[in-house]
Amino acid sequence: MRRTARDTEANARKVSRRALFLGGAQAAFIAVLGARMRYMQVEEADKYRLLAEENRINIRLIPPARGLILDRGGRLIAGNQQNYRVVITREETGDVETVLAKLAEVIPLTPEMLDRTRKEMDRRSAFVPIVVADWLRWDDLAAVAVNAPALPGVNPEVGLSRRYPLVGDFAHVVGYVGPVSDADLAELEDPDPLLQIPKFQIGKIGVERWMETDLRGRSGTKRIEVNSVGRVMRELDRQEGVAGADIRLTIDADVQNFVQARLGEESAAAVVMDVANGDLIAVASAPSFDPNLFVRGISQTDYSALIENDHRPLANKSVQGAYPPGSTFKMVTALAALEAGAVTEQTTVHCPGYLEFGGRRFHCWKHGGHGTVALEEALKSSCDVYFYDIAQRAGIDRIAEMGRRLGLGVRHDLPMSAISEGVMPDKAWKRDRHKAEWRIGDTINASIGQGYVLASPLQLAVMTARIASGNAVSPRLVRAIGDREVPVGTIPPLGIAPQHLRAVQGAMVAVMNAQGGTAWASRIADEAMLFAGKTGTSQVRNISASERASGVIKNEQLPWNRRDHALFVGYAPATAPRYAVSVVVEHGGGGSAVAAPIARDAILRALSDGLPPLSAYPANQRTTIETQQKNMKLRKPEPTAAESSRA
Amino acid sequence: MSFLEYQIKTVPGGIRKILYLNWGLVLLLVAVASMGFLMLYSVAGGSLQPWAEPQMKRFAAGLLLMFAIAMVPIWFIRNMAGVAYGISVLLLLAVEFFGEVGMGAQRWIDIGPLRLQPSELMKITLVMMLAAYYDWLDTRKTSRPLWVLIPVALIAVPTALVLIQPNLGTALMLLMGGAAVMFAAGVSLWYFGAVAALGAGAIASLFTLRDTPWQFLHDYQYRRIDTFLDPTTDPLGAGYNIIQAQIALGSGGWSGKGFMQGTQSRLNFLPEKHTDFIFTTLAEEFGFIGAFSLMLLYGLIIFFCLASAIQSKDRFSQLLLIGIGCTFFFYLAVNLSMVMGMAPVVGVPLPFLSYGGSVMLVLMVAFGVVQSAHVHRPR
Repeated sequence: MRRTARDTEANARKVSRRALFLGGAQAAFIAVLGARMRYMQVEEADKYRLLAEENRINIRLIPPARGLILDRGGRLIAGNQQNYRVVITREETGDVETVLAKLAEVIPLTPEMLDRTRKEMDRRSAFVPIVVADWLRWDDLAAVAVNAPALPGVNPEVGLSRRYPLVGDFAHVVGYVGPVSDADLAELEDPDPLLQIPKFQIGKIGVERWMETDLRGRSGTKRIEVNSVGRVMRELDRQEGVAGADIRLTIDADVQNFVQARLGEESAAAVVMDVANGDLIAVASAPSFDPNLFVRGISQTDYSALIENDHRPLANKSVQGAYPPGSTFKMVTALAALEAGAVTEQTTVHCPGYLEFGGRRFHCWKHGGHGTVALEEALKSSCDVYFYDIAQRAGIDRIAEMGRRLGLGVRHDLPMSAISEGVMPDKAWKRDRHKAEWRIGDTINASIGQGYVLASPLQLAVMTARIASGNAVSPRLVRAIGDREVPVGTIPPLGIAPQHLRAVQGAMVAVMNAQGGTAWASRIADEAMLFAGKTGTSQVRNISASERASGVIKNEQLPWNRRDHALFVGYAPATAPRYAVSVVVEHGGGGSAVAAPIARDAILRALSDGLPPLSAYPANQRTTIETQQKNMKLRKPEPTAAESSRA
Repeated sequence: MSFLEYQIKTVPGGIRKILYLNWGLVLLLVAVASMGFLMLYSVAGGSLQPWAEPQMKRFAAGLLLMFAIAMVPIWFIRNMAGVAYGISVLLLLAVEFFGEVGMGAQRWIDIGPLRLQPSELMKITLVMMLAAYYDWLDTRKTSRPLWVLIPVALIAVPTALVLIQPNLGTALMLLMGGAAVMFAAGVSLWYFGAVAALGAGAIASLFTLRDTPWQFLHDYQYRRIDTFLDPTTDPLGAGYNIIQAQIALGSGGWSGKGFMQGTQSRLNFLPEKHTDFIFTTLAEEFGFIGAFSLMLLYGLIIFFCLASAIQSKDRFSQLLLIGIGCTFFFYLAVNLSMVMGMAPVVGVPLPFLSYGGSVMLVLMVAFGVVQSAHVHRPR
């Protein structure tokens, strides 16, 4: 098939023309692509750069170390313990089941823990470390580290968790921390973003809660680079936060431990307070509980046990409990009458064993009556009729005014939960509260701390401290926040005539140190630590006329929750007061028999350096006291350094 | 005029052929491939493994293959065009029945250590076949309907086979590569005009018939088109790739983030970063300067092919060079349009940059043929 030369030339030219056309079209298309590139990379570059940055950078919070809580001597009450745990990362593990089986040979793992781990693993990305077990012993952690080659993807880790080395001693005062709940978040107006961190813990009750802001500190931030599935590639920069401030309390951990142990399994509370500056030396409430249980997440069984216990371990009875103060209130009545000028020290009242008023008979605790008594004898033997009488002369409003001056019916502001205001009733209060007029019978009941009067052990301790010092001392729980000492502030005098105070103080000395005083058995033998106080026994039931006729039923014969509350307030040394003490034993029986001995032990412990010296006790009681001291379950001297480290 | 009618004397013989190779083209290929090695090294996080080193080895082998083919006289290649086309179609049929299906439904067959995608090979053999056909055909018959139907059938058979794999990108490229040869061979423009009108009509009816009883695509296929037109409607699904690729491209700016500093690719936001989307990494790390330089290099390669075609007096060589140049152009045009968000994601690699054996091999064979035409051009 021969072609002519002209034909081929023409064809070649045609091909060339079309090739040129194709080339031109291609060049034009490449130019369009180039223009598009220029538009994206030059005109719109900033927009895309921003998008790329948003893609890769995440901001994470660094939780600050929580502040420690220390006692007045710097002993650790709440610390951050290293929590040893083992985590597993699925993508590094390979065969998860084999590795978990091997891990179970190294450390103790329950089937529930394994189940939880598997479930968590299914939910999370492969690169997220999942906690298999926490709160391990150091030995377990070491065992995991040693077996590392056989356990790919399993890593020992150390985290910080709150720990209360003194277990139950401070459960009520300091409280505990727990995970942030929705209710917590709702309560705050502008919640710290820290609270959103999973497993972040905040104070739930007590000092932990009310000083949360100081303890928490400020979070730091770090900017991290993440890849498309959110895995952290590297840290770009970080801004350290500020660790929470350490809080130093006024409480002495040793005294606290002693008092708490002394209360034992009774449903009781005791407060020891410095009369000069209001420092709370011990604030005990029994029975107690282990706050560490709440940190780890309390089990349903443990929680039910706490809730169902009729001794109410979770209640902080020392500030939350409001009890009729009984005879411990008589100093208030006496001071009110003296200050009003209604009576003097020498004014006498005859006690036939009851007071007849308005057709009603108000009984004295002593069936036969006390005969003719003046102030000192009336307090010493706790004659009710004397106070029925002088209370009417003073009037309830003056008594209530005196009560409030001494710290009753007033809320003392402390960083603790559920602080009770108590009740210091007067005419206006009753009108307001019960829509009824005040009656003389109410005054008679109130005069001996029954009826409407309610006070917490803390308030009773404040009252005693104020009587002992003559100054309006207020309770203080926090000594220092971080490096900053909390100033005591000026303590104004009560404004009660000194001779009136002296009269009441003298009577309180007589209660304990005169033969026939109601607390004679609980006196302190050491002259240098002379104890002054007042017993109280408050009824929690009405005694009917028929019962009174057939003889009042003895406490021991009543069911526990119908028995009288036993109370005691006191201070020592009587000559130069240092500490005031108050004790309430719920349904304990009599104040002199139950509460006073506890108060004596507590105040002696506060006054001495170790266990109360036996020499301070009357000679005939020393053997009993020695056995009692030996049997007390006191804490071992010091928590070990490893436990208390903050890391 | 065909080769047999030339004075063969003037064609260099034996080892001297090497001197007559188009060394400029060789240099360009090495330059583009080197950019590819650099990018593969970068997307592996600064490592020769797993991509850069195998790619280098393949390119070295490819270069040797190219030189070997360049030694083969172009008329022999023309005579083998029919055989090569036939084998390619048979291979396509073979993978249809015996091949292995991998990601994105590409089908391949294993030949020893080589994993061959016949669809890639087809791109070259189809062009060869059509060039040989028009070399043989009396030019006066070029635009007669019967003689137009034959090349249309030659194109339609492999295109249909690839389409049912399914591999839309390759099918499209076969169609365009074949059309380019037919266009260059001088087929009447009326045919092209008619096809273009038909195509436009089809697209128009595609959209006007939507949501009517006569719509001829499934709803999900319409949604794919929607996603392409506006990727933000599905930012975490099908639109994710397109959006992330554009972020990578745009954030590169004028001069880029620097070698190995591309956050989009290093942090895995980019899909297919070592294959179809490798251009985005280049654009992110070297910016507009880098990306445009690469486009210029590609432009030069195409220019060499077309210029060579115009210089050549042999019809087969001319059509073949145009066909190969256009096929090469279609590779990068489709790929770049796709990563820039101007075309749907269809799965066409970027020549010499994307990691992959078949494409590299087929391209080196193609440029071997280009070199052969250059060496054996009549003078």
